[in-house]
Amino acid sequence: MEKQATRDAYGKALVELGRKYGDVVVLDADLSKSTKTADFAKVFPDRFINAGVAEQNMMGMAAGLAASGKVPFASSFAIFATGRAFEIVRNSLAYANLNVKICATHAGLTVGEDGGSHQSVEDLAIMRCVPNITVVAPADGVSTRQAVAAVYHHPGPVYLRLGRPAVPVIYDESLSFRIGRGIVLRAGKDATLIGCGIMVAKCLEAADRLRAEGIDVSVVDMHTIKPIDRDLIARKAHETGAILTVEEHSVLGGLGGAVCEVVCEQFPVPVMRMGINDQFGQSGTPDDLLEYYGLSVAMIMANTRILLSKK
Amino acid sequence: MREITESTIHAVETKARSLRRHIISMLGEAGSGHSGGSLSAADIVACLYFWEMNVDPHEPHKPDRDRFVLSKGHAAPVLYAALAEKGFFPVIELDSLRKLGSRLQGHPDMNKLSGVEASTGSLGQGISWAVGMALAERMNGPDRYRIYALLGDGEIEEGLVWEALMAAAHYKLDNLTAFLDHNRLQIDGPIAEVMSPEPVADKFRAFGWETLVIDGHDISQIMQALELARSTTGRPTAIIADTVKGKGCSFMENKAEWHGTAPNREQTIQALEELEVSPQRA
Ligand SMILES: Cc1ncc(C[n+]2csc(CCOP(=O)(O)OP(=O)(O)O)c2C)c(N)n1
Ligand SMILES: [Mg+2]
Repeated sequence: MEKQATRDAYGKALVELGRKYGDVVVLDADLSKSTKTADFAKVFPDRFINAGVAEQNMMGMAAGLAASGKVPFASSFAIFATGRAFEIVRNSLAYANLNVKICATHAGLTVGEDGGSHQSVEDLAIMRCVPNITVVAPADGVSTRQAVAAVYHHPGPVYLRLGRPAVPVIYDESLSFRIGRGIVLRAGKDATLIGCGIMVAKCLEAADRLRAEGIDVSVVDMHTIKPIDRDLIARKAHETGAILTVEEHSVLGGLGGAVCEVVCEQFPVPVMRMGINDQFGQSGTPDDLLEYYGLSVAMIMANTRILLSKK
Repeated sequence: MREITESTIHAVETKARSLRRHIISMLGEAGSGHSGGSLSAADIVACLYFWEMNVDPHEPHKPDRDRFVLSKGHAAPVLYAALAEKGFFPVIELDSLRKLGSRLQGHPDMNKLSGVEASTGSLGQGISWAVGMALAERMNGPDRYRIYALLGDGEIEEGLVWEALMAAAHYKLDNLTAFLDHNRLQIDGPIAEVMSPEPVADKFRAFGWETLVIDGHDISQIMQALELARSTTGRPTAIIADTVKGKGCSFMENKAEWHGTAPNREQTIQALEELEVSPQRA
C-alpha cells in the first residue's frame, strides 16, 4: 500500500502554490526540515521567513503580512503553533479575522519518541472554540495537497492539522476536496464510523474487516472539524442509528465533541468517542503509542460491536 | 570536593567523558534523539553534578538540595547520564530511553524520574521555572541552596526567556546561575543565519545579569565561573559557555544535521572508540 506523510504532501503542495500565486509567503520557527516548509524555502527563498525559535513572533509577523495583502502559511509543530502562540493566534489572527493559514505538523501521539511534551492532543479543541478559525485535518497525502489549495482560496484564518508518520494513501486524483463537506467513503447501514486525519485509514480497514463478520458500517472522512458538516452527521445518525468517532486527539472538544453536539441537537442516537482519554501521551514508537492508547483497528472493531449493542 | 585543583579538574573531566559515552550509547540504543546539544553541554553538566551542586541520590527531595533546570530539555540524554552516574537510577536503565513505558522520556518528566527538577522540552519555559525556584528559595530563608539553569543559544530566541531574565535581575536573584550553551547552531542551521541573538553577552548584561564568557569545554574555567557566581551579590549570573555542538564525536562536531539525529550502530561504535582513547579536553 502506498504511504505518504501528510507533512510531506504539505511541503510539495506549498511549492505548487508558490508557483501559482505570488502572494503566498511561508513562515517557520526553526523546524522547516521537519514541517517540510524547507521545500518552499529552497525554491522561494525571498518568500520564506524563518522566525527562529519564536512561535509567538512568527504568528505576530504573519498577522502583519496578512494585513499587508500577503497570504501567510505559518508552520511549526502543532503543540507550539496552537499552544505557545495561542493568544497571538486568538487576538492577532482570529479576532482581527486575518487571512493566515496555520499549518501545523507533528500533531497527536504519532510524534512518537519525543514524548508527551511534544504530542498535542488538544489542538483541535482549542482551535475549534475560537471564532473565525476554520479547522481542517486531512487524512492522507492526496487530500492534504487538495486541502492546501482549498485553504489558500478560503478567506480568513485556517488551522490545518498535519502528521509526522507516513500513512496510507486512500484517495486518488479524482477526489474533489471541499472545506466543510465530509466525504462518505463507505456506505453501510448498521453504524457510521466518523474519523479524521490518520484515523480515517484505520476506520476503512476496520469497516472492511467488520463486513466479513456481517457488520455493515459506513465510513466518513470528516476532514473539516469546523464548520462541521451538520447535514451529513444528521443524515448518518438517521440512516445508521449509531455513530463512532475516531480521532488522534483528546476525546474532549475535538471531532468527537463536535459530532456529539450535532447529534444531540439534531438527531439523538448512541455515540461513542474514540480518542485519547483525557491524558497526556508519552515516548514510544508511533505504532506502539496508537496501540497503547487504544487507537487500533482492533479497538475500532471492538467498540463498533459494543456500540451496536446499544442501539 | 569544591576545590579547584588538578585532581578535582581531572575527576570532573573523567566524569564528562563517561557522560559522553552514556549519551552515545543510549542514543544509539534508542535510535532517535538529540545528540549534538547533549554532547555540547556534557562538561557543564559534569561540573554541576560532580563538583558544584549539593544533590543526594539517596535523598532526592531533601529541601536544601541545589536545583538544576535543563531549560533546553531536548538535551535530556546529558541529564539522564549525569543522574545515572550520580546514582539516581541504574546505568543500565539508560537503555530504556524513549521507549514505551520508560521513565526516561524523550524530554525530561519530573513526575516519572526522581532527580529531574522540572519537566521541560518546550523551549524557554525552564528558565522561568528556575526564576520561580530562586524566588521560593528566597522566601524559604536565604543561602540555603542555589538554582542552576541551562539554556540553548537557539532557545534564547524565545521571548519568554527575556521576560524571565528581566524578572531575575529585577528581583536581584543572586542565588540563580544560568549557563548558555553557546554552540552557535540550532535546527535549521547556524543561529547567525536563522535568527541571530547576538551579541549575547551584551544582551545578558543589558538585562542586568553578571555575565561571564568562558570556554564551555574547559573544566577549570567552568569551575572558576561558578565560584564567581557564588560570590556575586545582588544579581543573577550568566555564564556564556562557548561550546562545540557534538563535542567529542568527530563526525558530529559543528554539524547542524546532528541536532536531532541518533548514531546508527557503526557510528555508535566509532564514537565510543573516539571517547575511549582521546582525553576530553578542549
Ligand atoms: C517552544 C519550542 N519550539 C520549538 C521546539 C523544537 N526545537 C527543539 S530543539 C530546537 C532548537 C534549539 O536550538 P538550541 O537552543 O541552540 O539547542 P542546542 O544547539 O543546544 O541543541 C527547536 C526549535 C521546542 N522544543 N520548543
Ligand atoms: Mg545551539
